[in-house]
Amino acid sequence: MRTSLRLGAATALTLLITASAAYAENIKIAYIDPLSGPFAATGTNGLHQYEFAAEKLVNEEGGVLGGMNFEIVAFDNKISPKESLIQLQVAIDQGIRYIVQGNSSGVANALTDAIEKHNRRNPDNRVLFLNYSAVDPALTNDKCNFWHFRFDAHADIKMDALTDVIAENEDIKKVYIIGQDYSFGKAVAAAAVSFLGEKRPDIEIVGNELHPIGKVKDFTPYARKVTASEADAVITGNWGADMLGLGKSIIENGFDGPIYTYYAAADGITAAFGESGKGTLKLVAEGGDNPPDKEKAQEYIRAFKEKYPDGNLSQSRITNVVEMLAQAINEAGTADDVVAVANKLEGMTFSDGLWSGELYMRPQDHQLIQDVHIYGHTDVEAPFDFDNSGYGLKIEDTITNASADIDTTCEMERP
Amino acid sequence: MELIFVNLIDGLVTGLLLFMLSAGLTLIFSMMGVLNFAHASFYMLGAYFGYQISLYTGFWGGLVLAPIIVGVAGAGVERYGLRRVHQYGHVPELIFTFGLALLIEEIVQFIWGKNQVSYGIPEVLQFTAFSIAGNSIPAYKVFMIFISVAIFLGLLYVLTRTRIGMIIQAALSYPKTVEALGHNVPLVFMGVFGAGTALAGVAGVIAGPVLGTFPGMAFVLGSIIFVTIVIGGLGSLWGALIASLLIGWITTFAKSYNLEMADLLTALGFEKPEPIWDSAWRDLWTVTSPQIADILPYMLMVLILIFRPRGLFGKRDV
Repeated sequence: MRTSLRLGAATALTLLITASAAYAENIKIAYIDPLSGPFAATGTNGLHQYEFAAEKLVNEEGGVLGGMNFEIVAFDNKISPKESLIQLQVAIDQGIRYIVQGNSSGVANALTDAIEKHNRRNPDNRVLFLNYSAVDPALTNDKCNFWHFRFDAHADIKMDALTDVIAENEDIKKVYIIGQDYSFGKAVAAAAVSFLGEKRPDIEIVGNELHPIGKVKDFTPYARKVTASEADAVITGNWGADMLGLGKSIIENGFDGPIYTYYAAADGITAAFGESGKGTLKLVAEGGDNPPDKEKAQEYIRAFKEKYPDGNLSQSRITNVVEMLAQAINEAGTADDVVAVANKLEGMTFSDGLWSGELYMRPQDHQLIQDVHIYGHTDVEAPFDFDNSGYGLKIEDTITNASADIDTTCEMERP
Repeated sequence: MELIFVNLIDGLVTGLLLFMLSAGLTLIFSMMGVLNFAHASFYMLGAYFGYQISLYTGFWGGLVLAPIIVGVAGAGVERYGLRRVHQYGHVPELIFTFGLALLIEEIVQFIWGKNQVSYGIPEVLQFTAFSIAGNSIPAYKVFMIFISVAIFLGLLYVLTRTRIGMIIQAALSYPKTVEALGHNVPLVFMGVFGAGTALAGVAGVIAGPVLGTFPGMAFVLGSIIFVTIVIGGLGSLWGALIASLLIGWITTFAKSYNLEMADLLTALGFEKPEPIWDSAWRDLWTVTSPQIADILPYMLMVLILIFRPRGLFGKRDV
């Protein structure tokens, strides 16, 4: 009995070792984002973009460190910070060293704290946090740490770019700010007020209000107020159904000035606006034009649409994460020592990615400095449109190396 | 001043839409005693069916066919679901309709996905009917008003002037007697359930293009229609109409005018605590009417339940 037990244990151990040896060829990246619940569509679309990027841009190009492949491992966090911490622990226990996450700054704040703690206590299996979409400025300011890297422009940088464009437009004399009643909506409003006051003190803020998030059935009364205020432009940080409802009501009400947004594209929104959004809807983001300048980016989008006909290649920063991580690992010569990889990643300038423009990972706060564009919603030929609708985004203005000198309060402790 | 007219029209549109949902629900409840939690889900089904059919036949085909399909589905649910559960009492019925609501939402997500679908208003109605002081009233809203008023008049006629209506009214109060007189009461129940859900379907078809067609649309409207029938009085068509319009106007006006609680409290003779951000009453003092617009109907419901439990036009207590 005892012998068989020992034998069994030994066999199990051998199996385990062989199993881990078989997987040692792959560098695993944990994708912790919502894959069920109301935000599942966004999370699933992001996962497809990561899997595709890892496959096309790294594995088919021969991998990193002479033949190791990237493997994306998905973890469903149900967009809850608590669940994310559990999934983070599972990922770490599986020996994963790279965490990517993007949806919700609340989750990102929880993860960055947990990862800093983990890395301090477990110097032998530290992990890196590659944040591709959570835009709370605090993550690269007060709450920054050595292990966190942000690949998206944060909310203040985007607002800085947006207000640059507004400031140049002499026709805009009155601005209406409206957003969802929670931290991000408030941050957008505060940033808009402070930047506009700085750049164009003559602009009058004729409305600054918050509405309940995800609860408004009909935005018509808000749209009436916008018209009644005689605003020339609207600024909103709304996303999802709130973005669509607000935008549609304002346009239907006869407003024809620009509506500056953060998230009025893809995930069904572009298709639903269709013709009505042309000339009015603007969006601030990083990334490429549609179609992109580089031939290989066009090829990449065609291939993606072939594999996922209903998907959108809506987050160009995802390929930046994958490509920059691959380069950092190659330069560091190791994927296991994340400190070496992080040292290569910080201060990296990267310009031969899919999209045009230069990327610079600022070492002070690990905020990626990149070109930020103001896009307009307009006709775009397939496959570069969104939602297969014939409509998409085209660049109207570009702020090169946006906010490269923006202040940061980050005081980073290095290992 | 002009804004008042605009808001009256907006509130009318919202109210009439609410009426089409609550009319069916109030009839179903008063007749069968079933609080149909899945009622708003039939509204969502109406919108999605309307969208799907509009891909082949255009909007108008959807407007005709989708409510019929929803109504048949509703009648089927009554015949093969609710009627079987009915013998076990009200709680199983509640649980059944609750489960049905969840099921419908999952099915909708399964078939059409979690994103908003691009269900738009028909091209013939894409123009501005008229505008008041720079605020345009889209032709589609005028169309919505006409459809809902027509449905209300039709319902009123059927219920009060026709034989079927008389049987329904009688079955509401004395189902046993009506049955003893030789009428098929279960068939009447099935018909009312089917017609009620078909009405919700109509509401879905015409509201989908303006309020958005997405899997959460039933949830957004789900609770407010119960509030409507409680305020209006259970089983009363007039009550449902008045309560819907009341809710439509209250919420629209509260959102359009930034009335501040601070002004009201000052007018009442309270003194504003300074500095306000240190005060325990900060949240109360800084509330504005748009922020609380959507809970005003619930407050109205509480008041109604306290002072007139049978609702505005109801004949029996809730």
